[in-house]
Amino acid sequence: MSNAASPVEGTQLTVATGSGIHAADMVLNIGPQHPATHGVLRLALTLDGERIIRADPIIGYMHRGAEKLFEARDYRQIIVLANRHDWLSAFSNELGVVLAVERMLGMDVPVRAVWARTLLAELNRVLNHLMFLGSYPIELGAITPIFYAFREREVLQSVMEEVSGGRMHYMFNRVGGIKEDLPVGWTERTREAIALVRRRVRADIDTLVRGNEIFRARTKGVGYLAPALAEAHGVSGPIARASGLDFDLRRDEPYLAYGEIPADVLRVVTRTDGDSLARFECLLDQVYVSLDIAEHCVGVLEDLPPGPVNVRLPKVVKAPEGETYAWTENPLGLNGYFLVSRGERTPWRMKLRTASFNNISVLADLLPGCLVADMVAILGSMFFVVGDIDK
Amino acid sequence: MGLELPRRQPTPVQLQGIGPGSRVAPAPIKFVLNWGRRYSLWVFNFGLACCAIEFIATSMSRHDFIRLGVIPFAPGPRQADLMVVSGTVTDKMAPAVKRLYEQMPEPKYVISFGSCSNCGGPYWDSYCVTKGVDQIIPVDVYVPGCPPRPEALLHGILRLQEKIGHESLGDRYHWSPQHHIRTVGTETLTAPLVAPPTGKDVRVT
Repeated sequence: MSNAASPVEGTQLTVATGSGIHAADMVLNIGPQHPATHGVLRLALTLDGERIIRADPIIGYMHRGAEKLFEARDYRQIIVLANRHDWLSAFSNELGVVLAVERMLGMDVPVRAVWARTLLAELNRVLNHLMFLGSYPIELGAITPIFYAFREREVLQSVMEEVSGGRMHYMFNRVGGIKEDLPVGWTERTREAIALVRRRVRADIDTLVRGNEIFRARTKGVGYLAPALAEAHGVSGPIARASGLDFDLRRDEPYLAYGEIPADVLRVVTRTDGDSLARFECLLDQVYVSLDIAEHCVGVLEDLPPGPVNVRLPKVVKAPEGETYAWTENPLGLNGYFLVSRGERTPWRMKLRTASFNNISVLADLLPGCLVADMVAILGSMFFVVGDIDK
Repeated sequence: MGLELPRRQPTPVQLQGIGPGSRVAPAPIKFVLNWGRRYSLWVFNFGLACCAIEFIATSMSRHDFIRLGVIPFAPGPRQADLMVVSGTVTDKMAPAVKRLYEQMPEPKYVISFGSCSNCGGPYWDSYCVTKGVDQIIPVDVYVPGCPPRPEALLHGILRLQEKIGHESLGDRYHWSPQHHIRTVGTETLTAPLVAPPTGKDVRVT
């Protein structure tokens, strides 16, 4: 700018008044600490009146250097950091790491552990989506649903806590299985919790939000994400399925026990509208599907004979030299773990492919043309976790 | 653009401190003032990472810290008494934390919630994480855990309230009473969020 040498350099030029035909565009800075961005995502919006003509997501405020730290941790310690980059889906993050390491080691995981992992991953997915079902209405001005959402989260968290000891970061996966066997009577309590959550989500959150005409007016037709654009940016998960990209790793490339779950239980929720409402409905319906899958897993686990839940590991776990790529269907989308080992205790490189990073990159193409007032509705419906973007 | 736009110089902000008489106020008055402060803590949640979710869980119906007088509806730092730093403070974020802390009115309190903001936590050897928010702002209560349970935050709030109940603001602010109005320079309030690297401050871990 013309007065770049002024003593207050660094403040954004936010001049909205023009002179003659040279009207300057207004640059609106949102974040990094802003209630509407739920997290520390920063957006620089260039506005023409109330219309956004350019949107630049500025990321990196939550960059904690997890990938570099992986190289200084052994395979057991990596799980600690892995479940923290996307703090809403800790269990699913652990899974990707242990699946990659197990594949390198050629390890067979006991069947009990596989089903328990599937069950806990689905419960974790419900926990994750409940956070969205609470926070998205609050961004649109409806405060009540978050109280219901957190009531259900507490129900499921107590079940998860009983089995793993953690409310958020479970640390229940081990290379070769899970930490310990399920407590006596836990499956029964889980079954009750699932039934309770299913009933209350339908009665409270679903009827409160989905049919609400204010909510529909704020979201219907807002922020249309074309399938081609979603594909070009590598958008995945419920966001992509709301645009009609029918792709779900649990069905298309089954890992864990997903291949053995019947197709009428493991349904893939899709929409074709591609707007904010479709994304909301995808996430809401996914909750019911995940609860069904979890209930199915509980039934299988109850019928399984007692047996080991993990493999006895040597004192030092060393993955053989080589590389592998494991990917999982995380609650937010595809998570990939590219593991390169040189036969040492620590990986030589572990690259994360996180869902939120791609899901947020599409904002630069999605937001231009929208109104500022719709920005929050679009941003909220993309459902990202900032730690998952920045790693 | 070719047009010199007039640029308003930002004015320094005068932050109202506590009055000069607070040191000599009689004990009953101090008690009443402290009693009022400790039970109406408008909180500004500096939510950064995992701990922010547990902060929200604490404000919800099961744990409900509003019953302790902690009110999570502060519109921003300028209307808040208590800042809860919940999550990892990165070197990129640290100037913003400092800046928003400076905007809070006196008397202000800080709870550092979670291992990351206490000392770096599991990111203790990361190249880009600030090893403790107390390196940039003063902290009153540290809540340990990764993330701490909601009960731990409730306990931290109770500890802070005890501290407020027993304190004398005259002792808390050593710049008082002579300088009970403090001027914060424009450079503090308008500093850029990220200082460009100079090449000298590169840390190698």
